[in-house]
Amino acid sequence: MTEPRSEQVLRVDAYPTHEVGGYRVRAGKPFPFGANVVPGGVSFSVFSDQATSMTLVLFERGKPEPMAELEFPEEFRTGSVFAMTVFGLDHENIEYGYRADGPYDPVTGHRFDARQILSDPYARLIAGRDVWGVEPDRSRGYQYRSRVCLQDFDWADDTPLRIPAEDLVVYEAHVRGFTRHPSSGVTAPGTFAGLREKIPYLRELGVNCVELLPVFEFDESDNPRSNPETGEKLYDYWGYNTVSFFAPKAGYAATGRYGMQGDEFRTLIKDLHAAGIEVILDVVFNHTAEGNEQGPTISFKGLDNATYYMLTPEGYYFNFSGTGNTVNCNHPVVRNYVLDCLRHWVADYHIDGFRFDLAAILGRSADGTPLPNPPLLELLAYDPVLRHTKLIAEAWDAGGLYEVGNFPAYGRWAEWNGKYRDTVRSFLKGDPGVTGELATRIAGSPDLYSGRGTSASVNFLTAHDGFSLADLVSYNDKHNEANGEGNNDGGNDNASWNCGVEGPTDDPAVNALRERQMKNALAILFTSQGIPMLLSGDEVARTQQGNNNTYCQDNELSWFDWDQVDRNAELLRFTREMIAFRKHHRELRATVHPTGRIRDGLGLPDISWHGERAWQPDWSGDSRLLAVARCGTGDDDVVYVAMNAHWESHDLELPALPGGRSWHLFADTGNEAPYDIRTPGAEQELDNAGKYLIGPRSVVILVGRTNDPETTGTL
Amino acid sequence: MTLSVKERRNKTATVLVATGEINSETSGALLQALLPLVREGRPLRIDLTAVDYVSSAGLRTLLVVYREAQHAGVAVTLYGVSEEVRFVMSATGFLDFFSAGEAAAAEAKAKAKAAR
Repeated sequence: MTEPRSEQVLRVDAYPTHEVGGYRVRAGKPFPFGANVVPGGVSFSVFSDQATSMTLVLFERGKPEPMAELEFPEEFRTGSVFAMTVFGLDHENIEYGYRADGPYDPVTGHRFDARQILSDPYARLIAGRDVWGVEPDRSRGYQYRSRVCLQDFDWADDTPLRIPAEDLVVYEAHVRGFTRHPSSGVTAPGTFAGLREKIPYLRELGVNCVELLPVFEFDESDNPRSNPETGEKLYDYWGYNTVSFFAPKAGYAATGRYGMQGDEFRTLIKDLHAAGIEVILDVVFNHTAEGNEQGPTISFKGLDNATYYMLTPEGYYFNFSGTGNTVNCNHPVVRNYVLDCLRHWVADYHIDGFRFDLAAILGRSADGTPLPNPPLLELLAYDPVLRHTKLIAEAWDAGGLYEVGNFPAYGRWAEWNGKYRDTVRSFLKGDPGVTGELATRIAGSPDLYSGRGTSASVNFLTAHDGFSLADLVSYNDKHNEANGEGNNDGGNDNASWNCGVEGPTDDPAVNALRERQMKNALAILFTSQGIPMLLSGDEVARTQQGNNNTYCQDNELSWFDWDQVDRNAELLRFTREMIAFRKHHRELRATVHPTGRIRDGLGLPDISWHGERAWQPDWSGDSRLLAVARCGTGDDDVVYVAMNAHWESHDLELPALPGGRSWHLFADTGNEAPYDIRTPGAEQELDNAGKYLIGPRSVVILVGRTNDPETTGTL
Repeated sequence: MTLSVKERRNKTATVLVATGEINSETSGALLQALLPLVREGRPLRIDLTAVDYVSSAGLRTLLVVYREAQHAGVAVTLYGVSEEVRFVMSATGFLDFFSAGEAAAAEAKAKAKAAR
């Protein structure tokens, strides 16, 4: 038996020095910001540059009226930071907030109002929206209540996976939507715990990274609209309207009503890691839920409006986000706030990376002009805590700044490649004049990312924002009437094609074509260089009934219907095998852009282009057929992908292979299942070595290898 | 809400029966009661049949006891965990630390039954 642990060390700062409002207190530590449990009490620290006084407001948990209001003594202020330790508090049973007093003069940017109780920007837990969809009591003066939280989760042996970027297969998912559908069969539908129960599904699918739509506390009930057809309430379902940046959304936790959302989310992350799956958070630093002049005052507006928001010379809110306000990201205080926030998610939640919503805004100065060397982006790229996390930019904003291929990267940032999406979609529907750009996109977009490598490009065809894959091949136009905005919301430029009939149909030929088009899309996505991202549900043809902007639809339009796993087993199998194929072939994941030169190995170029005739691609405007062969980077095989977006079949002449290799068929989307795809390593050798007939609107994938599959391919 | 604890000793183990809520207010007392028992080195069973709520701080206290027990090489098992408490422990991952003990307890119970 070992010695018992030593007793707690006595500390000088564990004793009060003052009394305020009947509470024993002492000066707190300015750092870290927020509320932190210290020996004997809780230390509160909050920043406000222009506040003339600051008051800590304490509530007994759940009570409408405060139990105490403690004004910070002047000597508890260091610089612009108010810090106070309050002794004798039961940290688990209190909620807190601040009243900041100061000038109210919107023209100079100040909106202080001591009547308002403000959330702590550093609150690690928020109470007030504990269970998803429960109608809040709006008569309460303080809606989003800051809570104190212990930071002592037991991570056991959890270690960062550090999966190389080029090996990632990203799965974009919504925490609630993934298991909320009644068919999910999980214990707690729509929660972190529910998602945790579906880890085996993700593993089997083969993805190794889950990118979660926003999980920071937001208010799903802040949408005033209702469905004009059914009268049902609409929500802020996606959650791109952050209320509190350090707090996980309580309504996403089965244990949110007990305030245990932090532990529940951490447990999900820990178990995803154990399954070999990284976690990327979709984060929204471009705006907040406080909106413009008419919006609510929640936190920043009342604490330091002029610091946190970009303001016009007249004191109005710049709106580069399209949502009312724009966060003043490159202000020195605000960029530290963003940094603190991300460090918190990495250090306390073991998050592996971030996708930044409308990230072009992060490169703007306080007056909105784009900066050549944005300090925030540089700071994040070099930060020691974030050093190995993935940083992915949505490299455009609603103010018209489009930086795809041009986002300040500092050797670290990757981008959602919107041009990849647009080009491949356009090719798939059969547009003329696309083959040239298609070649550039599937080769990792060297025109955009020269010097940054292929993994700077996150390739995707669908995402939460837009059509699902099934809808991309079923609708020419968006059908967003259920959103209550007269079908005026959502993008109009979808490059979609309905295959002949708008919406659902019983026509077997149309449905077969749609199924094939989905397989074509997946085949191109997973054989392109760059990081592939799959939208959750696309593997089983999830439909949103043509709605391309389901931000407000908390219902079957958005939820993953698990019955489709059986119903669309064919597409699911196809997706699984495609992901497995990508893992099997290192040449598809090469980090450097191919050059067309011969490297080591078989004497074939690392990339070569072909058409009906081998070595003779047709780049003409009428061409809708392109084949690509990849070779090298250590693998002893060749991967040939022929993409035919033409409505007619074509006879392909296959390039000759060296060293006793022959062509083996891995996938042909023109074939009926189960002959549409095979398991990597079990490809079938072609009878006619030199030729292959590719069907209309089909993708064919061949592997050039010897007949001993054990000697080829890598995992 | 209060918590009362009673201690019982049998041939093989010490049993601590808790009644009430385990939260930030009551977990200090629970820890005071449990740590000396852990340090005695006898197998310890914590009977939670009469506990209907365990807060975040309460779960942490149980985990601290478990970690102390591991440190001392003592087996700790939880008994009588209500459905609601079990659900919370499961969703937040705390059950994973104790599930082995629970299974061992169930097995011991089954053996005892069979021996009768």
